[in-house]
Amino acid sequence: MIHRFSGLFKQTAKRAIGLVAFSLFLIVNISQASNWNSPYSDDKLDHQVYYTSFSSPPKHLDPVISYNSNEWTFLSQIYEPPLQYHYLKRPYSLEPLTLKSLPRIRYFDKAGSEVSADADVAYSEYLFELKDGVRYQPHPAFVKQGELFKYHKLSKDQLKSIKTVNDFKMTATRALVAEDYIYAIKRMALRQNHSPIFDSMKPYIVGFDEFSKQVTQAFKDQIKVESSNSKLSYFPLRDYALEGAEALDDRRFKIIINGVYPQFLYWLTMNFFAPIPWEVDKFYKQQGLIEKNITLDTSPVGTGPYYLAENNPNQRMRLVVNPNHHQEFYPTDGLAENASPELLNDAGKKLPFIKEVVYSLEKESVPLWNKFLQGYYDASGVSSDSFDQAISISTGGNMELTEQMLEKDIQFLAQVQPTIFYFGFNMADPVVGGYSEKQQKLRQAISIALNTEEYISIFLNGRGEPAQGPIPPGLFGYQEGEQGINPYVYEWKKGRAQRKSIEQAKQLLTEAGYPNGRTKQGEPLTIHYDSLDSGPDSQSMLNWYRKQFAKLGINLVIRSSDYNRFQDKVRKAKVQTFSWGWNADYPDPENFLFLLYGGNAAIHTDGGGVNGANYDNPEFNRLFEKMKTMPNGEKRLKVINQMLDIVRKDAPWSWGFNPKALALYHSWLKNVWPNALANNTIKYKRIDMEVRDQQRINWNQPVIWPLVIVLLLLLISIWPLTKAYRARQNTIISSNKTEAGGQQ
Amino acid sequence: MFAYIVRRLLFAIPILIGVNLITFALFFMVNTPDDMARAQLGAKQTTPEMIQAWKEDRGYDKPLFINLQASGHGTITQTLFVQESVKLFSFDFGQSDSGRQISADIYERMWPSLAIALPTFIIGLVTNIAIALLIVLFRGSTLDKVTMAVAVAIMSVSGLFYIIAGQVLFSKMWHWVPISGYAEGLDGFRFLILPVLIGVFAGIGAGTRWYRSIFLEEINKDYVRTARAKGLSEIKVLFGHVLQNGLLPILTGVVVVIPTLFMGSLIMESFFGIPGLGSYTIDAIRSQDFGIVKAMVFLGSVLYIIGLILTDISYTYFDPRVKLS
Repeated sequence: MIHRFSGLFKQTAKRAIGLVAFSLFLIVNISQASNWNSPYSDDKLDHQVYYTSFSSPPKHLDPVISYNSNEWTFLSQIYEPPLQYHYLKRPYSLEPLTLKSLPRIRYFDKAGSEVSADADVAYSEYLFELKDGVRYQPHPAFVKQGELFKYHKLSKDQLKSIKTVNDFKMTATRALVAEDYIYAIKRMALRQNHSPIFDSMKPYIVGFDEFSKQVTQAFKDQIKVESSNSKLSYFPLRDYALEGAEALDDRRFKIIINGVYPQFLYWLTMNFFAPIPWEVDKFYKQQGLIEKNITLDTSPVGTGPYYLAENNPNQRMRLVVNPNHHQEFYPTDGLAENASPELLNDAGKKLPFIKEVVYSLEKESVPLWNKFLQGYYDASGVSSDSFDQAISISTGGNMELTEQMLEKDIQFLAQVQPTIFYFGFNMADPVVGGYSEKQQKLRQAISIALNTEEYISIFLNGRGEPAQGPIPPGLFGYQEGEQGINPYVYEWKKGRAQRKSIEQAKQLLTEAGYPNGRTKQGEPLTIHYDSLDSGPDSQSMLNWYRKQFAKLGINLVIRSSDYNRFQDKVRKAKVQTFSWGWNADYPDPENFLFLLYGGNAAIHTDGGGVNGANYDNPEFNRLFEKMKTMPNGEKRLKVINQMLDIVRKDAPWSWGFNPKALALYHSWLKNVWPNALANNTIKYKRIDMEVRDQQRINWNQPVIWPLVIVLLLLLISIWPLTKAYRARQNTIISSNKTEAGGQQ
Repeated sequence: MFAYIVRRLLFAIPILIGVNLITFALFFMVNTPDDMARAQLGAKQTTPEMIQAWKEDRGYDKPLFINLQASGHGTITQTLFVQESVKLFSFDFGQSDSGRQISADIYERMWPSLAIALPTFIIGLVTNIAIALLIVLFRGSTLDKVTMAVAVAIMSVSGLFYIIAGQVLFSKMWHWVPISGYAEGLDGFRFLILPVLIGVFAGIGAGTRWYRSIFLEEINKDYVRTARAKGLSEIKVLFGHVLQNGLLPILTGVVVVIPTLFMGSLIMESFFGIPGLGSYTIDAIRSQDFGIVKAMVFLGSVLYIIGLILTDISYTYFDPRVKLS
């Protein structure tokens, strides 16, 4: 008996030692990182690293095609178009980025004589002069061996050891030249590059359309002859001249625009106009590289403050400071009225402060939010799931940080975006469309009934402001206060805009010929609403819409469809009402008012236009054409106000809301200032590394006791289990014996 | 056996053609090439010229199944279906509609998927079998009943709950492991502990109940009584005899999934930030990327067929009475 128990004890002890050894192995492995739960392999760094996230993998990193904010987050740190937005100044203003100064603009008439901007201008000439000392990031495409490029004809042997573009043994650089900007513009014209803005630029840049047709056809022919494809075949764009864009020498280039188009300067802040060296384009057109997904679309090459050191769109993107980045300094002026003076603490210092940026893919909000709270992300947005944890609404209706956030010294910034989400009426529809007074009143009544304030409160946690017209706050033409309200939907009472009562809406509906929401035949007026939202999560929102119309006695029929069908219906004007939105491309009212310009109506453009409501008021159109080329000032504001009066009365949209973006960031992240139009803002930010390291340690101390309890429980359970097994074994043996005895 | 395998592989060809045909038909029933172009171009204003150029570049300007403008064989061969299918059968997956090499993407993303799926599969299998055998050992006892009740409870709770609860408990509250992330090599171990443990735990309910029923069928057979009569311990009886004989039905369900392990898990990879293949197909469907959809459906079918053949082959290994002819 003693012998059996001694054996049992030895076995138990051996298992316990094994378990403890395994646990120690786990602990040692985990504790290789300074904090057990640190998602980074090495977070004790001697240089500033900014940790942030992205929610969907970038598809395109070639600036000729990329038109997505997720992609521009990366691209704008790497590429440098000629101009940029001033980081601090509001309203948004332009400043040179790679230029010595803003481009010099001259205007010419048909005869070629220089005239003033308000004369009969046939074309405008923009003259650009480059800064000195702007060089590209180190890249293998620039490496030369004698007169030839070393890596432009890679052999199989050379390709064997190449997994990414950073695996090449040698790199080189070269200075930015004017021809690189011209090359980028020419790339847009090549249809095979699928530039999303070529058709928008076509009417403006002189000779762009003819040039496009010429090079597109020539490239097609070349592909046919080579039996190749557009990804692999290099087309010598430099051999073709473009009338409207020309390099004058290495430092200067000019762009010629048809007529006057002041908004063109804003386009020059976008990555489409970032310089592309022809050598790089040629380098990437190699079969061996394409097979490894090493292309200009995955491995950008720029003159910006950072270069892409790691491109794993499904896990992590990593930017590292460009050693060749030119001299650039933190702004010394332009602080907005409501901005903190601390934003000028780094005035005049050399940029960038942050030497490395690590973006991690976070598809789900739970890990993203918790990593931010643990200090592993320096900044975060606020999702609906985490809103209540982060923000509390004060009795005065203001947003404030919760106690939990204040304890961690988390900071908070809110900004109304230059974006609009609207409820549109199809003006070509016989019921909700039309321009008669009765039809106007029907839309005005619906606009009053659609309680945007309630929508923002229920579905956006208060993150938005009701729109008073098509122009969002922050843009020229937007007016605050009483003079800025939409008088057909709001009244100015007690110093603020108040939505008109539902009784007033019913009165309008009666005047529109639908008393109590009934038609002449006495039947309820039925309106169809086309929606993209079809899942169970959307039901509450769709029910809310039904409820708003029901207040007027109108029966709203929802037709949910997928995005393809929805777009198709809007393009073909087969909708009655719908919801859509628009993000500003640039801070000019033209970029929003053109959504209502008759020339852009879907029914007039074979579905290609952006005016999905098909609004086409001749007076509005006339004023739009006048306004779009005017410089900002009193005269322009007067015209804009006239236009706003017209559209508010016609009410082709119920103006919806302008969303408010909330940003949370830790106290160690400095120089944070929201800029909805600029994407190249990381270079201005700075991190207090000591504070971050200390707080991460404070907030992430492992809690050991549950681990000890689990191990003890495992140890303790071994004894009764072993005992129970012995008992079971004996029971089986004795029952077998009894069975055997019975059989005998 | 060789002839059997060759025959099975030949039978696979019409199946794969059929699968491919259905994929083409279903995809283009929902998405037109024009829709795909708009989705891929991502422009605010998409003009007919842009759409046409994109379709020409990607080959979507060809008719789907029949080309009436071509003559002779061209009526069939100069179609999107034939041109793309021929490439698939030579395992040339080509480019996604966004321009990336699909083979390179699959190769890059299969390893993280395997890093999580393989340990989850092996540890899960061993754990489930061990627990099932333990329950069989204590069959009819309170431990058996309690364990079965717990197994049903585990099965009844959504896998998503385990993921979020695990992240909150082990990372947010106790700070033991990273809440999500991935690293290659040994450093990756600490990122994989939690998803693997959750994967194993979430599978315990169903796995244990299934294996328990298999082993219970075996435990009362004559060879078990003989083994006990020879004086073998219950552990040796269970692990040495019952397990071996119970393996055949287990193999049916297990071997077939082995080749598909690298296809990944959508939810697990999404929540834990594992850069695997789990969301590759779903993301492609969402972004209307037919290049990826057709390649992944084809690959999935091939792997399933391989799994079935492997299952048949494994029968012959574990049960000498089975002959493949």
